[in-house]
Formats: sequence, C-alpha cells, structure tokens
Amino acid sequence: MEEKTFICTACPTGCKLNIRMEGDEVIKITGQRCNKGEIYGRQEAIAPQRMVASTVRVTNGFHPLLPVYTKGSIPKRKIGEVLEKIRAVEVTAPVQAEDVIIANVIGTGVDVIASRDMPAR
Amino acid sequence: MLIKKQYDVVVIGSGPGGLAAAIEAKKGGADDVLVVERDVELGGILLQCIHNGFGLQTFKEDLPGPEYAQRFINEAKTLGITFLLDTMVMDVTSQRKLYLSSRDFGYLEVDAHAIVLAMGCRERTRAQVRIPGYRPNGVFTAGTAQRWVNVEGYMPGNRFVVLGSGDIGMIMARRLTFEGAHVERVLEIQSYLSGLSRNYVQCLDDWDISLQLRHTVKRILGKDRVEAIESVGVDDKWNYIPGTEEIIPCDTLLLSVGLIPENELSKKAGVALDPVTGGPFVDEHFQTNVPGIFAAGNVVHVYDLVDYVSMAGGEAGRSAAEFALAEKERSARYIPLIAGKNVRYIVPHKLDKKALEKGDISLQMRVTQPIEEDVWLDVHGEENSIVRRSERYVRPGEMVTIVLRSRMAAEVEKANSLTVDIYPKSEA
Repeated sequence: MEEKTFICTACPTGCKLNIRMEGDEVIKITGQRCNKGEIYGRQEAIAPQRMVASTVRVTNGFHPLLPVYTKGSIPKRKIGEVLEKIRAVEVTAPVQAEDVIIANVIGTGVDVIASRDMPAR
Repeated sequence: MLIKKQYDVVVIGSGPGGLAAAIEAKKGGADDVLVVERDVELGGILLQCIHNGFGLQTFKEDLPGPEYAQRFINEAKTLGITFLLDTMVMDVTSQRKLYLSSRDFGYLEVDAHAIVLAMGCRERTRAQVRIPGYRPNGVFTAGTAQRWVNVEGYMPGNRFVVLGSGDIGMIMARRLTFEGAHVERVLEIQSYLSGLSRNYVQCLDDWDISLQLRHTVKRILGKDRVEAIESVGVDDKWNYIPGTEEIIPCDTLLLSVGLIPENELSKKAGVALDPVTGGPFVDEHFQTNVPGIFAAGNVVHVYDLVDYVSMAGGEAGRSAAEFALAEKERSARYIPLIAGKNVRYIVPHKLDKKALEKGDISLQMRVTQPIEEDVWLDVHGEENSIVRRSERYVRPGEMVTIVLRSRMAAEVEKANSLTVDIYPKSEA
C-alpha cells in the first residue's frame, strides 16, 4: 500500500488530494470537493496529463506569433515532444480561433488549435 | 465609422471587465455604447495570457486567455458596439466628459450619460520593492516578459530568477522553460505562495523549478546587464538574515510582486479611492462616488480569476445602462437657452420644458452693446415665436429680465432650443 498526495489542478480551488494505491491501482481518493478532483487524482496517480499552450510563427500576421493550445490534455511526459512539433510549425494569416494547427499531435488523439483569430497584416 | 459627440455609455478599456461591461450595457438597453481602447486591438492583457485555465465558470471550459477574450470580442461585435482603438483617454471629468487622442480621429471630445472605468491594473515595479544596486538591463516585470515572449516573439534572456510567487511569475517560469530558457529559482519573501497552488504544481513542480519561501533579492549584480543576483533569507519581519546570502548567476530578473489597480484617470474625474484596494469606493452596482461613473474589474480590486472580472464588469455595465437611460430621459427634457443678437449671456443656461407647467420662469440676461432707443426683446424657437416685448432702451450695466409664462408652455414644447435676440425696433 502506497499513499500519494497531489494538489488538484482541475480548477483554481486547489484541493489537496490523498490517494491510496495498491501497486498501479487506485484504491481510494480523499480530499476532493467535486468529481473533477476524483478524475484528476486517478489520472495523476497513474499517468499525469496536462494541457499545453505555446505559440507558432505566423507569416503575414497582425502579430508575428499565434498562440495555440492542445484542445485536451496530453500525457505529461510527452510535453517536450509536443512542444518540438509546435516549434516547427509556421502558419499563414489569416487564421481563425479554434482552427486546427496540428491534427492529432504525435498520435495523442489531441489537436493543437489556434487560441484566437489572427488577421492578416 | 463616425464618432458621435454623445454616447449613452462609454467604457474605458477593452479587457475582460470592459468587454463584459459593454456587452451588458448594450443588452441592458443602452443604444450607443463606445469602448475606448489604447491598444491596437481588443482584449487587453488576456491576449498575452496564452496559458489555459480561463473560463471554467463562464463557459465550463478550460480555455487560454486569447480564446476567452475572443468569445467576448465576437459577442460584442455582433451587438453593434462602437470600438475606438489606438485611442488614449487623456482626461475624464465628473460631468462625464472625455477628452480623447485617437490615431485615426485625432483629438475628440465625447460626452457620456454614464462611464464605466475598466482600465485594469498594472504591475508593481522594481522601484516599488526597493531593490538596491545598479540599474542594468535585464530587470523586467513578469508581464512585460510575457508580452514579449507570447505576442511579440522576443526572449528577454536565457537564465532567469523570478522574484515573487505571483501567478504571472510562475506561469512565466514555465513558459520560459518551454522556450528553452533556464529558470534558476523563484524567490518569495512571504512564508506562503502568493499565487494559486495549481500554478505551483503545473508551472514550478512539474518542471523542477525550485521555490524558496522567505527569501528575497538583496542586490542585483552587473552594471550594463544583469550578471547575477544575491538572494537572502528573511525573518518574519522581512529583515535579512546574515549568512544566508547566495549569489545566483543569471542574466534576467523577473518581478512578479503584485498588481495595483490603475486609477490615474479615475482621480481626474474626482473618483474617491480606497487606500487598501487602490481602487474606487463602490456601491453594490459598482458605482463610484461620482454619479454615473462606474468601475469594472481589476480597476476596483485585483481579482484572481478572470471569470469574476467578467461578472463584475457585467454588473457595472448593466448598472451604467440603467443610469444612462434615466439620465438621457431627464436630459432630453432640457433645451438650451441661446444668447442671440446683442445678448452676452442668459441665466439659466438650460430649461426643463416641463417646469413651465408648474409656473413662470424668469430669464435673466445682459446685453453686449447699449441701445438708446426702443428695442424688441424677442424669445423664439427654431420655427416659432415664444414672446416678444419692448423696452425703451437696454444697457450692459442693467440686467434685462424676460418672463416665460405658463401659458407659453405649449409653444416652448415645440422648440428644441430658445434664442433671445435684442434689437432696435427700427431694424425689425
């Protein structure tokens, strides 16, 4: 039996979660104030996930950079790889918010999408 | 686009507070809503907050700042709100007059039935935390670095120390790490984190960036560029603890040491400020001590979540619309009294048309030039005559009075202004 503690990041409340593990299995989660905490805690104990936000270069844009983010969370250990993919991308303005910039990034099943409209210069 | 002389509601600032205020003012029945923004685009600081975590309450989604702003911008645009970008508000009066300097329109004067202050807040700087030493390049507020890295595409340095564990500082520590920089340390003078714990988890802990509580920067080393900082431990009165000094090599020091509501304009309008929050004293509708001037969002006090800023902005906007509509109705009853031929001034300057129904009203005036013969004192509207009477002479030293009688109410009602002319009968 193993005990893990996390601070839930599902919302700004920041509940302190206590997780009782047996091997790779979550036995019990306490400290959460809602169901999101339960889901977060379970995931965090087994395979932590994060959303990633960064920027890509834009040609002919109102700004030189377009902010982008992963539409959902991806495995935490893959953040570096995702960032590398994002860094290699260059788009041309105009771009619309939520346009897909990288579909199914590194096979995670999650798209990297535009965080805002980027009008042409 | 035509900028009017008069708006129902003018909102200063287009960040989350201002956008929500403008949207709710429009929905609340204000016809003419103007948003004045000094930047070249709408959205305010949200545009540089590219990390997620916004909108969990408002949209039940985990959105980055620009996307959160985009949704409000899109809604505001569909509602027919007027936006004046790249425009500074230079002055605001307690009579709700605004003096603007606009890139596209030059100098403008605009009157508002109600104003919503939504200037947000600004970061505390090095001067406000009193770090001694030279003033080399490489000392920036976290928000400045955020703007460069996320919007303009510049890296402010390679090796960072962050002073202060505010949210922007922690978020920038992760962001700079993503961009290949090394963040040596985050120092916090207090014994507790000043930002949200989830930002500690995601931004510092995830990336093995160490946070030192009860530590601060004792001095900055380097003359032209930051070369290192000397950190020091402090006791519970923030006194340095000798022997705890440490030299941390770095080329950039970021400051995340708090935010202050931005109220330079509010002061000009006579808005009273609470010394504790740094923002205006407000009632439950976010109305300041100056009637018709409301305040929305971080200009009032610094919020930790943007969702709360939007809610506060919405309430301020609704209240501003309500005030504006009442004010508009009241002011529509008034018509100006215009000093015409040979009249220097008239008191009163304006007239409530309904007031004539209650009784006679005296118009008092002085002439510009003496006329030593029979004259007409002539009060008229644009198209109709109200009253005309004669005098044997008029002189600047002797006040002239003309009485508007209750029975003239019907004629006055037809006019949009009253003009008084005084001229010799021989010229009539």
